[in-house]
Amino acid sequence: MTQPSIVIVGAGPAGISAAHTLLHYGVQPCLIDEGLRGGGQIYRRQPQNFKRSAKALYGFEAAKAVAVHKALDQLAEQIDYRPQTLVWNAERNHLDTVRDKRAGQVEFSRLIVASGATDRVLPVPGWTLPGVYSLGAAQIALKYQGCAIGQDVVFAGSGPLLYLVAYQYAKAGAKVRAVLDSAPFSAQCRALPALLGQPATLAKGIYYRGWLSAHGIPVHQSAELLRIEGERRVSRVCWRQNGEEKQLACDAVAFAHALRSETQLADLLGCEFVWSPLNRAWLPTHDESGRSSVSNVYLAGDGAGIMGADAAQMAGELAALTLLADDGHAIDNRRSTHLQQQLARITRFRHGLETAFPFPEGWALNTPDETLICRCEEISAGQIRAVVDNGHWEINRVKAMCRVGMGRCQGRMCGAAAAEIVAQRSARSLQSVGRLRAQAPIKPLPFGLETEQ
Amino acid sequence: MSGLIEVDALVMGGGIVGSSAALALALKGQRVALLERDFCGSHSSGVNYGGVRRQGRPLSQLPLSQRAHAIWGGLRELIGIDGEYQRSGHLKLARSEQDMAALRAYAEASRGFGLDLQLLDRAQLRARFAWAGDVAVGASLCADDGHANPRLVSPAFAQAAKRAGAQVFEQAEVIEVEHDGHAFLIRTASGLRLRAPWLLNCAGAWAAKLAAQFGEPVPMHAGHPAMLVTEPLPMFMDVSTGVEGGGIYARQVARGNCVLGGGQGFALDPSRARPGQAAILEILRNAVELYPPLAGAQAIRTWSGTEGYLPDREPVLGPSLKQPGLLHGFGFAGAGFQIGPAAGEALAEWVCAGRSAISLDAFSIGRFQTPAAPAIANNVIPLHRGRSST
Repeated sequence: MTQPSIVIVGAGPAGISAAHTLLHYGVQPCLIDEGLRGGGQIYRRQPQNFKRSAKALYGFEAAKAVAVHKALDQLAEQIDYRPQTLVWNAERNHLDTVRDKRAGQVEFSRLIVASGATDRVLPVPGWTLPGVYSLGAAQIALKYQGCAIGQDVVFAGSGPLLYLVAYQYAKAGAKVRAVLDSAPFSAQCRALPALLGQPATLAKGIYYRGWLSAHGIPVHQSAELLRIEGERRVSRVCWRQNGEEKQLACDAVAFAHALRSETQLADLLGCEFVWSPLNRAWLPTHDESGRSSVSNVYLAGDGAGIMGADAAQMAGELAALTLLADDGHAIDNRRSTHLQQQLARITRFRHGLETAFPFPEGWALNTPDETLICRCEEISAGQIRAVVDNGHWEINRVKAMCRVGMGRCQGRMCGAAAAEIVAQRSARSLQSVGRLRAQAPIKPLPFGLETEQ
Repeated sequence: MSGLIEVDALVMGGGIVGSSAALALALKGQRVALLERDFCGSHSSGVNYGGVRRQGRPLSQLPLSQRAHAIWGGLRELIGIDGEYQRSGHLKLARSEQDMAALRAYAEASRGFGLDLQLLDRAQLRARFAWAGDVAVGASLCADDGHANPRLVSPAFAQAAKRAGAQVFEQAEVIEVEHDGHAFLIRTASGLRLRAPWLLNCAGAWAAKLAAQFGEPVPMHAGHPAMLVTEPLPMFMDVSTGVEGGGIYARQVARGNCVLGGGQGFALDPSRARPGQAAILEILRNAVELYPPLAGAQAIRTWSGTEGYLPDREPVLGPSLKQPGLLHGFGFAGAGFQIGPAAGEALAEWVCAGRSAISLDAFSIGRFQTPAAPAIANNVIPLHRGRSST
C-alpha cells in the first residue's frame, strides 16, 4: 500500500498529457499503464530493438507520436511510472493492480481514468477463422511487430480507421485486395459540412482514400460484408453491393465498425452512466472540464466517448487542469477554456464522422442465426435470439441466461453486438436493453498471485 | 393505474423460495401473484455458488432437505429444464485429524436421515479423487448431492409458476403493505394494486422489514459471499467440494469452468454487493493447495450477492405468530438453493391445508420473540470462512 496520491490510469495520449500537465504544476502523479512502453494504442511503440523510423510507423502522425513518446520519456524519471501493470479492480479510493504475478494496491486521492478504446466488432459468419483480425489489431501487428496479418488482405467495416489501416498496409508492402466500406459514398458527401470543421483531419482522410484508388486498390462502398470463408484459415470474403453478391480471394481480413470505449474501470468506481446516441453506448458522464459523477474521479480520452487521439491529448490536459484547480492550485483558466472550445469543435467533427460512417442499421436483423457473437463462450446470434424470444430483454439478464459476455473478455468484444441483437429482436431501443455491468477482474487474474506488502 | 388484482395468495420475492411457493400454489389450483422487485432469481437465488447439498446442514433441516432432494430429482418435469443439475456427489474435505473427527461425528449424527455418507481416509480419497491436494487427509462423500446452475434454475421456477397460471410481476417493487382485517393490500412502485388473504414473505435479505411491520422484528443481517469463476479447464473433478471448518468451496461445470467461493465481500448498497479484492486474492492464493489442477489457471469473473442470516443460521419458515394469513420464508444463511423448493412447497401447503407435511417448528419466527437467546448451532458452515491454511 502506498500513500494516497494522484493517479492516472492509461499511458496513451490522454494519460501522458495529463501526467505532463500535472508535473508542470509540480505534482508528481503515479501513471499506471498496462502496456510495455506507453503511447497507448494509437502511438504504440515498437520494441526497443526495432529501428523503423517514426515516419514509417506513424505516417502523418509521426511528429505527434514522437512528441508524445518524448514527453513520456522525460516524465518517466520524474513520476511514479508503472508500465506493464494491470488495474484489475477499483473501489472507492484505491486501485488493485497486478504486475508480474504480484498483486498490489494503489490508494488515490484523485484519479484520472484514461482507459482508451477497442474496436467495435460486428461479427459475420467465419469471423473466428484464423487470419481474421479487428482493424485495430491489424494496425498494432504492423506498428508494434512489423508484421502484416497476411499477404492478400481485405479491409472491411467502416470508420476512419478502415482507410488508414488499409493505407498503412499498402505502404508497408502488403497486397491490399480491397476495401469494403459499409457506408455509402452519399453519406460521406452529406457529412462534408460537419467534417470541414477539422480540415486537416478531413484532408488526411481524403488523402488515404485517394492514395488507395490511385494505387489501383478497389474501394467498394455500400458493401455489406456477408461472411468470411475458409477451411483452416481465411480464403475468401463475400459481400453484397447493390443487391449483388460478390466474392474475393484473400488470406487475411481486418474488420471493425469504429471504436468502443473501455468503461469497466469507471463502472467499478461507481461513475454514473448516460446513454450516448453518438457512440451507441452507455458512457460514464463527465462535465465539460472532465469531472465524472464521482467527486475525485476524472475522465479523459476515448474511454469516456470516442473522440480520437488529438481530442484525447486535449482532454488529458484539461482533466489535469481541472484536478489541479479542485486541489487548490492556481491554474491557467484561459488554457482550460481554450481546451474546452477545441474539444467542442472536435465534437462537432465527430458528429460529422458518424454521418460519414453510419452504423449499419440492418446488421442485427440480417445476421444469420449461426453467426458466433460471443467467441469466448461460443454463443451464436440464434442462441441470443432464443433467450429474447423467451421474454428476456435486459442485457445482464440475457447474459445470465445464455452466457453471452461471460467469458474471458467479459463482453468487451461481444457486448456491443449482443446488445444490438437483443434490441432488434425485442423491438426495444438499444438504450433500453441496458449495459453489461462491469465485474472485476477487468482482465483475467492468475491463481497463485503474491501480494505486495 | 391498473385495477385491483384479487388472488388467493401474494408472494413477495421471486427468489427460489418465493418462486417455488408460487409454482406449488399454482399447481394446487390457487390463484397466486408473484411480486419481484428486480428480475426473478436475479439476486442470491441466481448468483449463489450452485451447490445442491444436504451434507453439512444442521440436522434440523435434514427432513426438509430430503424432501427438496426428491423435488430436485424431478427438476426437468417440474420446471422444464435440467439447469445443469448433476448428482455428482458432494465431497467435504478434512485438512486435519480433528476435522476428520468432525466429519465422522456428523456422519454418525445424521445416520437416520438417508444421506448415505461415505467416509474416506487419505488412501481412499486419493484412489477416488486423484486431484485432491496433499493438505487433505480424508473426506466425507455424499454421493447423491450435487450442483446446478443457479442462473438458470431459479428464474426457471418463476417461469414454471407462470406457465402453471401464476401471475408474475417483475420490476414490481412493493412500496406499501397493509391488512384491512380480511386481506392484505399491496401497492407496487410500478402502479399495481393487489389483494389476497395470504401473504408470503419470501423477500430474502430484505424480508425483515415486512416482518417488523407486522410486529415480528428479527435480528437478520446480510452476508456477501465472495465467488469467482475460472476460464474453462480440462475436466478434473465432477464432485462439488467443500472443506470442513470452512474455507474454500469449488465445483467444475461441464464446460470446464471452475466456480470457487470463500470469504466475505461487502455491500455496495442495500441491493448490490462485491467480493472485494482481499477475499479474491485469498482464494487465488489458497485454492491451489486443495485443488492443484488450478495452478496456472486464471479467474475471469468475480461476484457476490446479498444473503440474509439470522444469528442461529436457521431460516425463518412458517406462519407469523402475530398476523393471520402471513407466512415467512427467508434467512436461509447462504444455503437456501437446495432446500428452497421444499421450503416453498411447505409454505404452499400452509396456504392450502393450514399445516405442512414436514414440521417447520424449528424455524418458527417465535424463537426471536422469547426472551431467551436462541442456541447457536455448531455444525454449520461459519459465516466468516477463514483461510484454508488455518
